[in-house]
Amino acid sequence: MAGMKQRALQTYAWFERRLGLTKPLSEAAAHPTPPSSASWWYVFGSAATVLFMLQIVTGILLALVYTASAGEAWASLQFLNHSIYLGWFLRAIHGWGSDFMVAIVLIHMVQVFLFGAYKYPRELTWIIGVFLLLFTLGMAFTGQVLRFDQDAYWGLGIGASIVSRVPWIGGPLVHLMLGGPIIGGQTLSRFFVLHVFVIPGVLLAMVAVHVWMVLHLGVNEWPMPGRIVSKATYDREYHELTSKQGVPFVPDAAWKDAVFAAAILLSVIACALFFGPFGPSGQPDPTIIQTAPKPDFFFLWIYAVLAYLPPELETPFLFIAPIVVIGGMLLLPLVAGEGEKHWSRRPVAVLMVAVIAVTLGVFTHLATFTPWSPLMEAWSGDPTPTAYLKGRSPLERQGALVLQDKQCRNCHALGGVGGMRGPALDAIAARMTEDQIIRQVLQGGGNMPAYGNALSPAETRALVAFLMTLRGNNLSPAIDASRTLTQSGAMRIPVPQAPSAKTP
Amino acid sequence: MTNANEPSGQPQPQISPTSTAVPELRTAAHSRRAFLFKLSLYLNGAVGAVLAVPILGYLLGPAFRKDASYKFWISLGPVSNFPEGETRLVDYRNPVTTESDGETGNVACWVRHIQGNQFQVFAINCAHLGCPVRWFEQSKLFMCPCHGGAYYEDGSRASGPPERGLFQYEFSIAGNNLMINAGQMPTLSNSACLKKPLVQIAPNPSAKDQEETSWPA
Repeated sequence: MAGMKQRALQTYAWFERRLGLTKPLSEAAAHPTPPSSASWWYVFGSAATVLFMLQIVTGILLALVYTASAGEAWASLQFLNHSIYLGWFLRAIHGWGSDFMVAIVLIHMVQVFLFGAYKYPRELTWIIGVFLLLFTLGMAFTGQVLRFDQDAYWGLGIGASIVSRVPWIGGPLVHLMLGGPIIGGQTLSRFFVLHVFVIPGVLLAMVAVHVWMVLHLGVNEWPMPGRIVSKATYDREYHELTSKQGVPFVPDAAWKDAVFAAAILLSVIACALFFGPFGPSGQPDPTIIQTAPKPDFFFLWIYAVLAYLPPELETPFLFIAPIVVIGGMLLLPLVAGEGEKHWSRRPVAVLMVAVIAVTLGVFTHLATFTPWSPLMEAWSGDPTPTAYLKGRSPLERQGALVLQDKQCRNCHALGGVGGMRGPALDAIAARMTEDQIIRQVLQGGGNMPAYGNALSPAETRALVAFLMTLRGNNLSPAIDASRTLTQSGAMRIPVPQAPSAKTP
Repeated sequence: MTNANEPSGQPQPQISPTSTAVPELRTAAHSRRAFLFKLSLYLNGAVGAVLAVPILGYLLGPAFRKDASYKFWISLGPVSNFPEGETRLVDYRNPVTTESDGETGNVACWVRHIQGNQFQVFAINCAHLGCPVRWFEQSKLFMCPCHGGAYYEDGSRASGPPERGLFQYEFSIAGNNLMINAGQMPTLSNSACLKKPLVQIAPNPSAKDQEETSWPA
């Protein structure tokens, strides 16, 4: 036993003599950390790194089977899901790992922002962190493309359509993105190269620099209200703090990082087990047009924004907003590199986080049920509520048929079922008069197409007759206030009674 | 954003003043070895520049290809396949494909036979962001499932976020066949659209979109 220990030590010494890594590594591990920073709030960065490692390992394993060819990628994913032993599980871990990684990177960023950790001397650490976020999102997007299904195919179409709006060089950029005239084999190869070689390589290098800077500059101290960061005094204060009270990062702080990383990995495994892999959905055949493509979770908010932007604002917004947002994030530490770190003294920062979180949350929520999209099958699939047909005249019932047949339900709900693109029609006659309904149906407007060419006079008459019976819970019908006056003759051309300034 | 009064972590060794002050160091900076080292850097820079030309050419090749080089006249089948007054979905194989394209090399389009030799061939891609539009015969509308773009039967914009009407292919009748000039995914930046303003919502869509929607890209 003693001999074996002796031999192990000798082997270690042999390697150490040649590698010389023990000293720098143990110094890095034991670098003094402010005791308050050995906190559960400081675990997100390391968790993101651990997830990145998980993605690399599972990604390499998936690449053993995946075929990066537009003609075969989808089939190879089916093969992974159904024919390769535990292939579905590896796909599930990679997919859920990606969602967790984006989430943890975002949480890490919010924590760093609220703790003022981007201030002097950690400005560059933040700036590199912004790029790490962008490249992480780049991995999520390109990974979604490699899951080469209908969503990926039409997602690429959306990407190309956005790129085509770039002024002057849009056309060449689209060709550069697609690698050819259409979305096809070369497009998938390009995104494969980005997802597997280019972005991970850049990410690895930037993570290394990011971590090195944390070691070099030290872990951010716990912010205290009133403790002002100043370039003139910070270095001395931080040095005093760590040299007097500092604790070694390993083990005093590192055990929390390790426990959290293990919990996150377990969560990924649990999600993978319970919810399984993401897709693939339908095969990427562009002649199958019965599809409503949707992006992955972290891009849903963009989907919603693109639906709500007014058309004339869309192109400028698409290209100006990212520059402003990313530019703002990059410039933040350079503009606000000193001053208060504590969130209780930075109300604007807290407000910004709250507003951005609520905004993104609302857009994401909206994109889960896409109220702006017509429901393509509603006209043939959603029945007219029977209560709306009781006691109706034949003409009115004929109108109910017209309503179904002309696909009105794709955009208008009845009894809570149907599209949400236009207003629900349950109480339409309580809000609009007969004349207004006729005008709206025939001429459209306010985001509704005109149906003048698609309806015969008889169909229009029946449809409007039916719509006039829809008054909700027996609300009184909408009336044209001027009509009774006109009929009774009370409304005449006003004759000036009182003398005015203009009267001679 | 380096600040002049920003304290540096460690005192930096001041090299330049000393090297110019001490004559030996100054001559060392101009020694044969220093010259050769600089020369080797320039040499590698030059080789790198030479190497960059084919690399950039390879990488940017697709960007410089002209739209016209992708366009070919292809047949959508005999005219009798398209009854007058109807709009039908047709699939065709893109004229330019590679072995690895697989089923993505197939393209769908909508053919509207107005009457006689009058046709309209619409691209499947919504003019907003390229999703596949679907034709509804009864309401005479094309609807997009993504962001709710809608078009009338002549392809002009009806409502929703699209800036313009549906893209159209050039067509001709050769013998008894309906031919279209196609080959690349239609976007707002294809050759026909470049001259026009990016935002094309006309106050009177029926008048303006008629001339705008032809898409010989």
